[in-house]
Amino acid sequence: MPKLKSLEDLKRVREEAQQGLKVRVETGTRIIVGMGTCGIAAGARDVMRAILEELDKRKIEAHVETVGCIGMCVREPLVDIEQAGRPRVTYGNVRPDMVPRLIEEHLINGRVVDEWVVGRLGG
Amino acid sequence: MRELALHILDCLENAVEAGATRIALTIEEDTARDLLTITVEDNGRGMPPELAERVLDPFVTTRTTRHVGLGLPLFAAAAERTGGRVTVHSVPGQGTVVQATFGLTHWDRAPLGDLPATLLAVLLAQQPVELVYRHRVDGREFVCDTAELRAVLGEVPLSHPRVREWLREYLSEGIAGLERPYP
Repeated sequence: MPKLKSLEDLKRVREEAQQGLKVRVETGTRIIVGMGTCGIAAGARDVMRAILEELDKRKIEAHVETVGCIGMCVREPLVDIEQAGRPRVTYGNVRPDMVPRLIEEHLINGRVVDEWVVGRLGG
Repeated sequence: MRELALHILDCLENAVEAGATRIALTIEEDTARDLLTITVEDNGRGMPPELAERVLDPFVTTRTTRHVGLGLPLFAAAAERTGGRVTVHSVPGQGTVVQATFGLTHWDRAPLGDLPATLLAVLLAQQPVELVYRHRVDGREFVCDTAELRAVLGEVPLSHPRVREWLREYLSEGIAGLERPYP
């Protein structure tokens, strides 16, 4: 039987995480998932889970955050991707099966997936 | 919402929206009494009694952009289908307690669902919040307190990719260890 995770184990994770923490905070990518009632009912939690799984699979160290409702409920689940020096892009009606392409195109190839965009901010 | 974990997430998000800095989620499964109790207690801004009495009504919301709020009424409907109910107690300036009861093995009780994903969604909230998650199944108990985790982590945030990966496994293992005999 594999050893269960413990807080002792978390200390080791902390030491690993401390290396390179600064680099990521300064140049990092942020992915923000709307998690109001509207988002949750539309499947936002499972979109978040798909994003976390895809990032882990591809070893991409992006920050993922959840926020409340921003008022565009009809387009939920909403996912914003923000990268230093580029406009913040909002994707709407995101489903878990869209996540691999979103990560591949936007984060890896640096190309916005225009057909899924519902808004842009700044840049 | 087909999982109770989604209703729980909705309650937790309500607490975050209410400005809570500390939330206690307690899930208690009592097979002897055939009772499932879910309690979300927060130290957010609270509500005056006249509003707390009416939040189970879908046509009451604190939002100003529209006039319906469906989260709690849906939770109440899910509880009532199983012979349970939802109660809301709130004190302005002190916080709110939402408690839901369910017939544990009632035919119409929705499964608890993906609790680790629900907890993670709150732990990754932009507005940081301390969460004490306590889950009891008869005599067995799993507790996860973010204050304890943060004490170990120091300046490394819970949202750090390595940490959130660890968290997901930690929560899944902890919940699996409760050996719940039903979904």
